[in-house]
Amino acid sequence: MAEIVSLTEAVERAIRDGDAVAMEGFTHLIPFAAGHEVIRQRRRDLTLIRMTPDLIYDQLIGAGCARKLIFSWGGNPGVGSLHRFRDAVENSWPVPLEIEEHSHAGMANRYVAGASGLPFAVLRGYNGTDLYRLETLNDHSGGAWGGRPPRSQQSHGAGPTIKPITCPFTGETLTAVSAVRPDVAVVHAQRADRSGNVQLWGITGVQKEAVLASARSVVTVEEIVDELDPRPGAVVLPGWTVTFVARVKGGAHPSYALGYSVRDNDYYVAWDAIARERETFTRWLDELCSPGGGDPPQTPPGHGGAARPPMPPGAPLRGAI
Amino acid sequence: MTYTADEMMTVSGARALRDGMTCFVGIGLPSSAANLARATHAPSLVLIYESGTIGAKPDRLPLSIGDGMLAETADAVVSVPEIFNYWLQPGRIDVGFLGAAQIDKFGNINTTVIGGDYGNPKVRLPGAGGAPEIAASCREVIVVVRQSHRSFVERVDFVTSVGYGSGPGDRERLGLTGAGPKKIITDLGVLEPDPETLEFTMTGVYPGVSASAAKERAGWDLAIAAEPEIIAAPTPAELEALRLFQGTRARSHQ
Repeated sequence: MAEIVSLTEAVERAIRDGDAVAMEGFTHLIPFAAGHEVIRQRRRDLTLIRMTPDLIYDQLIGAGCARKLIFSWGGNPGVGSLHRFRDAVENSWPVPLEIEEHSHAGMANRYVAGASGLPFAVLRGYNGTDLYRLETLNDHSGGAWGGRPPRSQQSHGAGPTIKPITCPFTGETLTAVSAVRPDVAVVHAQRADRSGNVQLWGITGVQKEAVLASARSVVTVEEIVDELDPRPGAVVLPGWTVTFVARVKGGAHPSYALGYSVRDNDYYVAWDAIARERETFTRWLDELCSPGGGDPPQTPPGHGGAARPPMPPGAPLRGAI
Repeated sequence: MTYTADEMMTVSGARALRDGMTCFVGIGLPSSAANLARATHAPSLVLIYESGTIGAKPDRLPLSIGDGMLAETADAVVSVPEIFNYWLQPGRIDVGFLGAAQIDKFGNINTTVIGGDYGNPKVRLPGAGGAPEIAASCREVIVVVRQSHRSFVERVDFVTSVGYGSGPGDRERLGLTGAGPKKIITDLGVLEPDPETLEFTMTGVYPGVSASAAKERAGWDLAIAAEPEIIAAPTPAELEALRLFQGTRARSHQ
């Protein structure tokens, strides 16, 4: 049964240095507050897994928390590049970042395999792409594609993660992708009840699969209620599938929680200027890690709340894109 | 009415979609064009986004593929594994509408890395997202991309999503079920694959665009149709609808 604890305690107890951590939320319900707590607790050598590493992973990567990233699309949605991610890949700053790259369909199926307790999933995909070629050559012994040497790791080691497989019924050649089995899943949801049953709705992405594929989980919620009345299209994670629940109102900001908050689009635009240079990013990071820094806003954006990233003095706000 | 090259491109993209089609919509330029089509000649166009929203009916331009408005107006909202496995993979969707950072003469798309090598690229791009399987499994694909020496290359630095591979027969050999890219829509005109060689050929140009200008803005010896169609300028209704969308998008940032 899930334990209801503070966010600080949940992160302290669930996430260790070197863990493989999947923070999921497909453009909605992104667990920003939990990610910021991981930065404040200075976790290191994490393998970060996420289909769409956007601002939250840009922040974790820039803060030096990650040694490897497993992903399928890394950008600032509607704005542009992730500058900290690019700086890590292109210049190894602040530390080198190993990457393992997939398509969305491949990543989604890797989570499905993990949740299903299977070693791999099957799909029609990757044929003819260099993603496939890269993984086929990916013996992590260097070579044309600059693969890195193997590093022993709990669940995500060396070797290809995409391989051909023959259908035993038709003989057709399909594509197999290896399961992802994170140590910890971190997600944000609208609500939980006092037994730790979790309910989320709207765009629910791959969160259910991420939690079920992981050994442990941390779920932040907008509110804890006596009873979870039904919502159309809701996903329910029974409390016995969840390790820790922490109430963090606004914990998805600048992303949103349908029915509770709206996306703070200005933050995404402002982040571009902050993340562009190491110096402005480092100031942002110092402020996040200072006492009381980076707490989620207590009122929704657009309602006069503190719905902005800590802004370095003089950082320009780029105009509408 | 005067208009910009980008507006012409978006209008041209919208015109490529027919009413009643099902369309898997990529982020950025394709989303603008698909929403414009729905607002003008194709009110029954079914917009499908990889965030799992099927039949979204946004009344302003969504800022991201996970905009709350898409979920609130959709016929159905499904999980990400489901959108790819049940909806895209079996070939149910008529047209995949994609953008590109680089595209080559066989319509292969790169959104991964440019320059250097993979381990040490000159430019790191966002990566694949849903595009490889959209390009493989939609019945056909339309690409919207601004045309330049940098974006139009002889051979892409990295094949993120397959067009016609290295030419005729490749899609069949690779087992890709969709027919592949049927149009590349740029800010200069429209390209279509040559029926024999599958090499993309400029078959239409916008008013005032010369064949030599189109040739100059391509990194390969771009073939131009003998008599390229002169594509009609945007109508006042098209421009009005587009600007209304863009206005609402700009306002939603304030």
